[in-house]
Amino acid sequence: MPIVRVQEADFDVGRELEILTGGRTDVGALASFVGLVRDANDGRGVSSMTLEHYPGMTEKALEDICREAASRWDVLETLVIHRIGALKPGDRIVLVGVTSAHRGESFAACEFIMDFLKTRAPFWKKESTPEGERWVEARSSDDVAANRWKG
Amino acid sequence: MVTLLYFASLRESLSCAREQLPLSSASSTVSNLIEQLRSRGDRWSEAFAPGRNFRVAVNQQMADPATPVKPGDEVAFFPPVTGG
Repeated sequence: MPIVRVQEADFDVGRELEILTGGRTDVGALASFVGLVRDANDGRGVSSMTLEHYPGMTEKALEDICREAASRWDVLETLVIHRIGALKPGDRIVLVGVTSAHRGESFAACEFIMDFLKTRAPFWKKESTPEGERWVEARSSDDVAANRWKG
Repeated sequence: MVTLLYFASLRESLSCAREQLPLSSASSTVSNLIEQLRSRGDRWSEAFAPGRNFRVAVNQQMADPATPVKPGDEVAFFPPVTGG
């Protein structure tokens, strides 16, 4: 069963990953990814951002993505924590953690989950820049990244 | 009736986050619903103009133009997602 949380509060990476492996002796590999707020995007400085989401669908979409990863690779546990609300450069946005017996499965599943989160999970970023606020445009490179897992 | 939800830039350009709408026919699809919204004109026809890049979810699952819509459904419209 995937662990999925959408929250305003920050998370403690070490503690969250410890929960994935704590008390188990069958885990040989733990891969994780942390996404952070950058201070620049598309040539403009970013002073802060607000993350909006679709309550209900977001959690379902993230669980579906984790289940899809678990059906493709032999993984033990999957975790996704995604923040919403007001964030500033340097803040953590997202944590993905995957455990497996061997490293190949957790590396691949972790990247897969991020690629699909980027294109399937209903989150939207609005940035504050010196020229005012703007909604972040979806990147075609994210579609390319997600599409490479097909077939 | 169906519940319509709008998110992010679409919510802002339509000045609408949520509404209830009677379906125009018993056997509706996402495509029929979009036509119904377009017929309101002004910012609605602009936001849902052919070629505009938006996504639709029916009952919180990604949908396409042919997805059926029935009374009681929750239909959401939003721009391509940008999380992570």
